[in-house]
Amino acid sequence: MSGKNINVSLKIWRQDGPKTVGSFAEYKISISPDASFLEMLDEINNDLESKNQIPIAFESDCREGICGTCGLVINGQPHGPIPKIATCQLHMRNFKDGDPIWIEPFRAKAFPIIKDLVVDRSGFDEILQTGGYISINTGGVPDANAIPISKDIASLAMDAAACIGCGACVAACKNASAMLFVSAKVSQYALLPQGQPERSQRVQSMVAKMDELGFGSCTNTYACEAECPKGISVTNIARMNRDYIKASVTSNSVE
Amino acid sequence: MAVLDSKIPAGNLRDKWTNHKFNMKLVNPANKRKYDIIVVGTGLAGASAAASLGELGYNVSAFTFHDSARRAHSISAQGGINASKNYQNDGDSVYRLFYDTVKGGDFRAREANVHRLAEVSDNIIDQCVAQGVPFAREYGGLLDNRSFGGAQVSRTFYARGQTGQQLLLGAVSALNRQVGLGKVKLYTRREMLSLVLVDGVAKGILVRNLVTGEVEKHSAHAVILATGGYANVFFLSTNAMNSNATAIWRAHKKGAMFANPCFTQIHPTCLPVHGESQSKLTLMSESLRNDGRVWVSKKKNDMRAPGQIPEDERDYYLERKYPSFGNLSPRDISSRSAKEVCDEGRGVMGGDAVYLDFEDSINRLGKKAIEEKYGNLFEIYETITGENPYNVPMKIYPAPHYTMGGLWVDYNLMSNVPGLFILGEANFSDHGANRLGASALMQGLADGYFVIPYTVGDYLASQKPTLVKTDHPEFVKAESELNEQVKKLLSIKGKRTVDDFHKTLGRIMWNKVGMARNDKGLKEAIEEIRALRSEYWKDVNVVGSNGDFNQTLERAGRVADYLELGELMALDALTRNESCGGHFREEFQTEDGEAKRDDQNYTFVSAWEFINPGEWNLHKENLEYESVKLSQRSYK
Ligand SMILES: Cc1cc2nc3c(=O)[nH]c(=O)nc-3n(C[C@H](O)[C@H](O)[C@H](O)COP(=O)(O)OP(=O)(O)OC[C@H]3O[C@@H](n4cnc5c(N)ncnc54)[C@H](O)[C@@H]3O)c2cc1C
Ligand code: SF4
Ligand code: FES
Repeated sequence: MSGKNINVSLKIWRQDGPKTVGSFAEYKISISPDASFLEMLDEINNDLESKNQIPIAFESDCREGICGTCGLVINGQPHGPIPKIATCQLHMRNFKDGDPIWIEPFRAKAFPIIKDLVVDRSGFDEILQTGGYISINTGGVPDANAIPISKDIASLAMDAAACIGCGACVAACKNASAMLFVSAKVSQYALLPQGQPERSQRVQSMVAKMDELGFGSCTNTYACEAECPKGISVTNIARMNRDYIKASVTSNSVE
Repeated sequence: MAVLDSKIPAGNLRDKWTNHKFNMKLVNPANKRKYDIIVVGTGLAGASAAASLGELGYNVSAFTFHDSARRAHSISAQGGINASKNYQNDGDSVYRLFYDTVKGGDFRAREANVHRLAEVSDNIIDQCVAQGVPFAREYGGLLDNRSFGGAQVSRTFYARGQTGQQLLLGAVSALNRQVGLGKVKLYTRREMLSLVLVDGVAKGILVRNLVTGEVEKHSAHAVILATGGYANVFFLSTNAMNSNATAIWRAHKKGAMFANPCFTQIHPTCLPVHGESQSKLTLMSESLRNDGRVWVSKKKNDMRAPGQIPEDERDYYLERKYPSFGNLSPRDISSRSAKEVCDEGRGVMGGDAVYLDFEDSINRLGKKAIEEKYGNLFEIYETITGENPYNVPMKIYPAPHYTMGGLWVDYNLMSNVPGLFILGEANFSDHGANRLGASALMQGLADGYFVIPYTVGDYLASQKPTLVKTDHPEFVKAESELNEQVKKLLSIKGKRTVDDFHKTLGRIMWNKVGMARNDKGLKEAIEEIRALRSEYWKDVNVVGSNGDFNQTLERAGRVADYLELGELMALDALTRNESCGGHFREEFQTEDGEAKRDDQNYTFVSAWEFINPGEWNLHKENLEYESVKLSQRSYK
């Protein structure tokens, strides 16, 4: 590990609050290539604080690519240039000395900016609160091995369930559609026997909520899949669309 | 009444929980909606509790400082969750899981609590499967298991390397359902900063709205804290960046006793530190130890690449020292052994790292089998280090990971403050001096799904439904104290950043209150922490204002608390003149360097009562072992 420091110059989006106008500010830093991208931002912030200046607001938590808290648009790409990782997993060894780096928040109508690089993604939770669950209470459930599930199906469900709720799919989409995120949850349950009883109802209420919250529609450009840090596949969107159409045709609870 | 009454039910160990469930008072279904319950934290423990209590009909308010319930630190647990299902027919049972946990905890946990944990473990797996958690399965469609650090049976259920994520998303889905139904009100981006007591009973909390800076007051009939562990006192740990001790620390300062603060776990398989800018340490799941072999060179300062070190010049030190458990030896033993060989100068390139090598397993099982089991862990490793573990052995080193200590609770998970319940990693209850792998997820969900719904009912049944108003003088007083503290932090305008103080504290903790401790070092640590604390209140620079989204201010409050907690950890370690589990006192070891317990004098839980910063009273809860015979823990 540990090579020579690299020098990078950064243009970072600064915006005081949801209603103020933002702009790019410039920063320069010399940093170890073994440092992560967010550690580089930590260093800048520490430096700003020692100069009595307001640090750049950005969010992260696990720094292992699993909690979905982080999320920056780096040189135009959500989560940066390396495929299938979250922003917190990006390391400075992927940049060259002298590289300019532009950093922006995830932008979407449904993700208002709170401050600088921090956005409000609570819309995702609102969608899940309308149907992203199986309606059972604690206790009184059958033995875990009562219903065998084929390894392949369990594995497909797991692929879909791996979504970390980061919102990169929305930020990547020119329509700011949340289809990849929603379809991942819908698919996980649609694949499993436990998800069958509420299958049609679930897809209908989640899609309705998604539309209501101002997420755009899907025009099949697949930019979402390309930027998704967990490799969530667009086949989930196709599966959800099939379920949605079927539900609209057969269900009498919804017109 | 003794100050500490563990309220362990009478009777045979096996029947205690069953009898207790029958003997507890019930709140009649129609009355449940008259009771308000606050749950702070939406990790495994908090989300499962909030959801289950909402289902029962209580009015629940759930709080998290995260932007979403799903972000809780539980999400990053990788390896798995234990249960005594015995699906593998390899001799597991409730009693064996109980016994392993008590022994693994080096005989410093309460028998009755641990037995209950083992009893409900099976229900957890049933619950999760019913929620749609996609656990790993065998070809026949049944659930797969693996064995995990310190266990000789395969009782660990897993979902690839993302078990915590899947369990949390399951619990959060149940929570989301209750939010949708209006039974739980979820408050995100709120940090609890005070506990409010009225006549010594927990009646509410104050939270800071992290977006606007406003202080919000919430009152309830019971307060449940499920706010996670305090390993971030070390600055560098495997915990998420924002995990912190503030909720339990502020409750401690209001009277809740802090139990066994020095029982911290150092995890053996983390990535080594890369440099000064390091912000946290990454855990590589110890499930890797099932197929990876740990070794270092037999020579000091061996600068050869691993491939250049021939087999007979390698020291597979865990296999050598602990032949029956080998690479699967418990965490404390594995961590200490790694430190030992590195201190001898035999670490990778003479530094602080050892190899975790998959070559033999790849040769034996094939690359595909290894990829299937550990693919995503290998990817994580490569992304971070730039090295491919299929070709070069991983480099690992121990790091602070989990805290067995926490607020003291009785059998009902209630602290010594009436009405204040503590769940999950935030309490001290089940793991004694050392936690076994895959048992924290089990405990968090046991507490939330299967224990608190009963015990909180028993408490509420004797409470009047009238609710304390948030303009009660106690709320007003707590609010002005809180505003005072925030104002003070912002007004110091010193020269050192909050992180700078945190890093300094972390170094003291790691060097003197870390993996190996001694009398002299601990005394020094106490002095150094006190000095650092007084410097903090003179020289910290907290930029920005209060009425705003201000992450520096958030951290400043947390670090102020760590600067008190760190001292208590050192004091507790100094007071416990024995070695047990994660607490290794150099003065107390056997001839071959193993931890030497002193059962005669230290078979108790230390519960510290806060008097003033830097001043505590020690209370002891004696541990009675009726079922398990105390023995020297041996993994040879
Ligand atoms: C990297 C890693 C891997 C692990 N792997 C495993 C494993 O494989 N198996 C296993 O059994 N265990 C594992 N553990 C341990 C286990 O994950 C944790 O002990 C457990 O998840 C803790 O759950 P919890 O619900 O108690 O707390 P957490 O999940 O930490 O949740 C705490 C919650 O409290 C909230 N909170 C905290 N303070 C406040 C406050 N002041 N105000 C408002 N909200 C607050 C947070 O927002 C969060 O919602 C692992 C731990 C780590 C670090
Ligand atoms: S689908 Fe992918 S990009 Fe979208 S929220 Fe989930 S993990 Fe993030
Ligand atoms: S910080 Fe958790 S995914 Fe990046």
